[in-house]
Amino acid sequence: MCGAPDQATISREGIPTGETVVQGLVYNGDSPVSGGYVRLLDSGGEFTAEVVTSATGQFRFFARPGSWTVRVIPGGGHSGGEAKVEVAQGEISEVRISV
Amino acid sequence: MARNDVLVDADWVEAHLDDPKIVLVEVDEDTAAYDKNHIRNAVRIDWKRDLQDPVIRDFVSKEKFEALLSERGISNDDTVVLYGGNNNWFASYAYWYFKIYGHDNVKLMDGGRKKWELDSRELVADVPDRPKTTYKAKDANNDIRAFRDEVVASIGVKNLIDVRSPDEFSGKLLAPAHLPQEQSQRAGHVASAVNIPWSKAANEDGTFRSDDELKALYTEEGVDFGKDTIAYCRIGERSAHTWFVFHELFDLANVKNYDGSWTEYGSLVGVPIEKDV
Repeated sequence: MCGAPDQATISREGIPTGETVVQGLVYNGDSPVSGGYVRLLDSGGEFTAEVVTSATGQFRFFARPGSWTVRVIPGGGHSGGEAKVEVAQGEISEVRISV
Repeated sequence: MARNDVLVDADWVEAHLDDPKIVLVEVDEDTAAYDKNHIRNAVRIDWKRDLQDPVIRDFVSKEKFEALLSERGISNDDTVVLYGGNNNWFASYAYWYFKIYGHDNVKLMDGGRKKWELDSRELVADVPDRPKTTYKAKDANNDIRAFRDEVVASIGVKNLIDVRSPDEFSGKLLAPAHLPQEQSQRAGHVASAVNIPWSKAANEDGTFRSDDELKALYTEEGVDFGKDTIAYCRIGERSAHTWFVFHELFDLANVKNYDGSWTEYGSLVGVPIEKDV
């Protein structure tokens, strides 16, 4: 989304069967953002969880079915960004966010 | 206690990095974080390995706590400044834990590791060499720690504040969403508890909101400051963050953290649970 490169794969390793997952990648230009802070907000905008992106810019949340906002906090040399994502029971929804 | 007595900002920490009587301690759940890098001269406390008994679910003994701090080079008269990841959840837990074992001169670095990283401040891999000490702890002070029977007896009586996310409170999620959801305990919350997520007490960069904003928040949520308060979450680390707001920033006396929290309460037989889904 937002021009982030789509050729990089998003790992699905380590996801237990049946989990409802929102995961993705954070990019700055063509480079993955490592150590970025990503929060999961529920449909009311309330904080649900926060993770730090991996060396390859990946993040993962174990959510429930519904609508979510994934928000990257600005700082550490990049601006912020966010994306909306829907996920169904037991599915994996993936999103790419450019900051 | 005033805010300045218990909370220091990143600038203050930077100015005191070489003060030998101020010990910076990183407390994390993710042990890889300190190994990768940390604030210069910071020592590490591993929330699980160092602060939890390896067999029963409880603190380590007073003697083990003494051995831990001695080994880390912390003296009784040192000022301990705690910081960590996860918006200072585990650092807040360690703050509460240090208070239980009687180390009064302890502070939190506002915003924790996240604020430091967002500011692009210096992080290093070098581990400091602090000479060993002979630390003496006090007997555990459980005036700030709630156990399950008190929680059950407090239903409808005290302020019970569930600081988890709304979806955990309602029973839609069983754990914070950075963790897999398959858990053994029941979903929901302690009967009569109100949901005031810890995140409402913090800014996006992990720093605490101002005292005025915090007072307004809990007043709007209907908290009666004249009542005793027990905070809980899933394992007691997020609720230590809210305990810090009430006991340290607001300077209220009868405030406890229930570290058994939902992993204990949601597994008890026969206790009152409310659930919205």
